[in-house]
Amino acid sequence: MNTIPNRQVVCEVLIELAARDRDIVVLTSDSRGSAAMGPFASAYPDRLIETGIAEQNIVGMAAGLARNGKKPYVASPACFLSMRSIEQIKVDVAYSATNVKLIGISGGISYGALGMSHHSLQDIAVARAIPGLKVVLPADRHETRKMMEALVNDDCGTYVRIGRNPVEDVYESDDYEFVLGKAVTLREGGDITIIAAGETVKAAVDASDALTREGVSCRVLNMHTIKPLDEEAIIRAAMETGRIITVEEHSIYGGLGAAVAEVVVRHHPVPMRIVGVPDEPAIAGKTAEVFRHYGMDAPSLAALALQMLR
Amino acid sequence: MGNKIVEMKKKAVQIRMELLKMIHRAKAGHTGGSLSNTDILTVLYYSVMRIDPARPDWEDRDRFIASKGHSVESLWCILADLGFFPKSELETFSQFGTRLIGHPNNKVPGIEMNTGALGHGLSIAVGMALAARMDGKDYRVFCLMGDGEQAEGSIWEAAMAGSHYELDNLVGIIDRNRLQITGPTEDVMGLEPLDEKWRAFGWEVVPVDGHDIAALDAALNGIPASPGKPTLILANTVKGKGVSFAEGRKEWHHKVPSDAELELALKELSDELARLQKEGDEQ
Repeated sequence: MNTIPNRQVVCEVLIELAARDRDIVVLTSDSRGSAAMGPFASAYPDRLIETGIAEQNIVGMAAGLARNGKKPYVASPACFLSMRSIEQIKVDVAYSATNVKLIGISGGISYGALGMSHHSLQDIAVARAIPGLKVVLPADRHETRKMMEALVNDDCGTYVRIGRNPVEDVYESDDYEFVLGKAVTLREGGDITIIAAGETVKAAVDASDALTREGVSCRVLNMHTIKPLDEEAIIRAAMETGRIITVEEHSIYGGLGAAVAEVVVRHHPVPMRIVGVPDEPAIAGKTAEVFRHYGMDAPSLAALALQMLR
Repeated sequence: MGNKIVEMKKKAVQIRMELLKMIHRAKAGHTGGSLSNTDILTVLYYSVMRIDPARPDWEDRDRFIASKGHSVESLWCILADLGFFPKSELETFSQFGTRLIGHPNNKVPGIEMNTGALGHGLSIAVGMALAARMDGKDYRVFCLMGDGEQAEGSIWEAAMAGSHYELDNLVGIIDRNRLQITGPTEDVMGLEPLDEKWRAFGWEVVPVDGHDIAALDAALNGIPASPGKPTLILANTVKGKGVSFAEGRKEWHHKVPSDAELELALKELSDELARLQKEGDEQ
C-alpha cells in the first residue's frame, strides 16, 4: 500500500523544478503544512510566499506575480480556493490569462468528518465553466509527478485538485505518456466503458478487473484532464462500447459525468450512468466509507455495469 | 516647473472634453468617476510613471492597475493621447466587438490586467510589487481604487499583505469622491476614519487634494512617503469634477450627457482651457 500522498509529490517536483527555474514560487494561505510544502519552504525560503488565511488575496497576488514573470503555484485547500477565490480565478487568472497554477489540496471529501464546509464537491463544475482555465485531477502519485512536469511547460492558468491522503497506485511507475487533455486508456474493453478521474480511477480499474472475471470486457478511461476534455476518446468509447459509466468524487451535477454527457448527447447518444455524490451535503466518513456509501467503490461500479448490460 | 503644471492642467481639461465626447457618442460610460480621477491619471501618466508607449511590455516600466475599472474612460483617452493605440479607435468605445470596452482590457497596449470586479486590483498590485523586489527591479506599482470599493473585504486582505511585505514600491490611490451609485459613501457604508484605517494597516497615508495638479505631482513623485512602507495617496476629489452640473451629483455615476449637456460641458471646459492658456502665457 502506497504511503506517499499526492501533495507530497507536488512539493517534491516543485523543489526539483525550482532548482532549474528561478521564477517558480509557491503561495500558501496558512496551508504550508496541509499542502506538505514545508520542504519547499526550507529549500527556498524566499520563494514561499505566505498570505495568511486570505484566499481572495492569494489568487490576486499570484496573478500579479504571474503578470510580472513569475510562475506561481497556489497551494490552498480546494474547498476554499475553488469557492472563496472563484472571482479572482475567473477574472485575474482566466480572463487576464495569467499563468497561475491553482493546486486545490485536500479536495473532494478528503476532510471527510469535517462536513460540507470543508468538502469540495462543486469545484469541477465551477472551474470548468470558466473559459481559459484547465482542470486536472491526477489519479495517483505517479500521475501527479507527470502532471506537475507537464504543467511547468504549459502557460495556461490551471485548477488542479488533489486529495489529502495517500491513494493506492494506479500506475506501476511514471514510465508512460502523459499529455494534458488526452485521456489514458487503462483497460481495453468492448462491452462498456467506465470513465473516471482523480481518486476514483483506482476503483474503476478494480471494477474492470472484477468484470473481466465475470466475462465482461470493460474499458477504463482515466480522464485526468476534465478541461480541455478528450472528446475523441469519449466518442470512441460511446461508439465502440455502447454504454458509459462515469465516476467522480464530486457532485453528480456539473462535473466529469456532465462533461462526458455533453459530448455523448451531441455525438453518439448511448445509455449512461453518472456516479458521484448526490445533491446533498456528503455523509461524514473516511474516503473508502463515503465511496462505498455512494456506490463509487469497485464492487458497486462492477454491479452497476452488470445491471446496465442485462 | 510652473509651466509643466499648467501644461498638465490643460491636458486634464482636454482629457475631460475627450471622454465626455466619447461617452456621448457611445451613449454609455461612467462619467462621474472618470471626471473625478482625470487629474490623478494625468499626473501619473504625464509626470510620474516611467512608461514607453512604443514598448508597452518594457520590463522596467512602472505598472498601473485600475482597480476601479469602471472609470476607464479617462484612461482610454490618456492611453490614446500618449500613442498606445490610435486616437481614432476611441470612436469604437463600447461598440460591438471593440477592445475598448467599459473596463480595462489587457488586449489593449498599456493595460496590464483585466479589472472591473471591485476589490481585485490591490492584490494584483501587491503581487506585482513583490515580483519587482524578488527580481531586484526598481519599477513601482500604482493601484487606483474607488472609495465605494473600500467596502470590499479583499482590499483589506491586500492592505495587510502590502505592509507585511514592506512593499515601499507599492502605491495605493483612493479616488475619494464620497459618492457611490446609491448615494454618499458615508450613508451607504461608512468608511471614516478612512485615513486611520489605512494607517492602522501599516500604510503611510498622504492626504491630497485630488484636483490640485501641483499637490498631486508632489505627492506622487514623493514615493515612497516612508521607506519600508507602502504609500496610500488619499486623493480627495469631486465626482463629476469640471462640469458644473455634474459635480457632486450621484446620478452622474453613469449618466450619459444629452446633446445640450455635452455642449454646455464642452463650453465650460473650453473656457477653462482658455483661462489656463492665459495663465501659462503670463508665466
